[in-house]
Amino acid sequence: MSENVTLTIDGKDITGEKGQTIMDAALANDIYIPHLCHHPDLAPYGSCRVCTCLVNGRPQTACTFPISDGMEVENDTDTVNEMRKQIVEMLFVEGNHYCMFCEKSGNCELQALAYRFGVTTPRYPYQFPKREVDASHPNVWIDRDRCVLCARCIRASKDVDGKHAFDFAGRGPNRHISVDAADGIEHTPVDADDKAVQVCPVGSLMLKRQGYKIPIGQRKYDHEPIGTDIETGASKKQ
Amino acid sequence: MAEKPKVATTSMAGCFGCHMSILDIDERILKLIDLVDFDKSPIDDIKEFTGRCAVGLLEGGCCNDENVKTLKDFREHCDILIAVGDCATMGGIPALRNNMSVKECLDEAYSTDNRKGPAVHNPDNIIPNDPELPLLLDKVYPVQHVVKIDYFLPGCPAPADTIWQSLVALLTDEPVELPYELIKYD
Repeated sequence: MSENVTLTIDGKDITGEKGQTIMDAALANDIYIPHLCHHPDLAPYGSCRVCTCLVNGRPQTACTFPISDGMEVENDTDTVNEMRKQIVEMLFVEGNHYCMFCEKSGNCELQALAYRFGVTTPRYPYQFPKREVDASHPNVWIDRDRCVLCARCIRASKDVDGKHAFDFAGRGPNRHISVDAADGIEHTPVDADDKAVQVCPVGSLMLKRQGYKIPIGQRKYDHEPIGTDIETGASKKQ
Repeated sequence: MAEKPKVATTSMAGCFGCHMSILDIDERILKLIDLVDFDKSPIDDIKEFTGRCAVGLLEGGCCNDENVKTLKDFREHCDILIAVGDCATMGGIPALRNNMSVKECLDEAYSTDNRKGPAVHNPDNIIPNDPELPLLLDKVYPVQHVVKIDYFLPGCPAPADTIWQSLVALLTDEPVELPYELIKYD
């Protein structure tokens, strides 16, 4: 039998299982901790820092930090949300996020986080980095302009699809998604129904011929902020 | 009756879509005329500022030296500057040229070398160079990279309700608080 652990999130007592992360314990208790690189079907990674909480007063990523008895987590407070807002703004200026013509717009988790935090424009200067597109595959394409380096596709391809078709190359500002083939994604075993393609939070790894399928007004984040389904418990009923 | 506050608008590296969105406030434009007078703006075709303005609405990014002058002119004459739309707030579609040189862009548009620019009849390979033409900047810059901006209304275009609510709030001394559905980037 699993051992129970009691902690508080924003002063509310919650119970989790020993070994769980703060993120998993929160999700099990219908508490939304904003996140981007975290995906429930993939191993925790902790790269985007959006889920940063104050754990006993110190900033930690909820998706990688294990719970313990008596732990006090600060999640939905002005201080913490302001830190997260700044992280999201940095993600926007580090890439080239042309929401106005992106097929993912309205269903994009990065955009949805910015909407949730009320970002009208990032406070940081735009970098306009040069990023490459790879549209060589018949059914899947990569637009690195939109990539936030969350590694969801890397983890999904390696751990779920068993292909390890993606990985990081380059360092610092040159870090980018690389494919396991010298001359483009078409020479990898990637398929349209791969988990890797489904889990991209932004419009970076996309299926072809699916663009603008859902009309404006009916998309996932058109009317309700990201996380609403978790806060209302609706995500569990699905 | 006290003089009405004045509003100025301009469109720089944009498509005029955000000005269309201003007009898209429909019949509320009658209320707007009760609230304000328009100064320098393509809507009334007043070319130069006639006096101090309460609010300046900026559409489009900053892509050439004329845009820089316009932005400085607006900053000088307006109490509050609002960046309206994605081109103003992040460069937008024109900023797609930011990853190539100005020469590459001009060659693509005008040069007939290497069969570039096939739609242009330009046998002498002339790149437009009249001194009257504004000089292109190396990049298309969001307006806040050039002058201080007080408010940002994203969207492509910024929705009419977003523009309306923000303008009315500013003109009636209320805080600009936009509900969830009025901050959109597309």
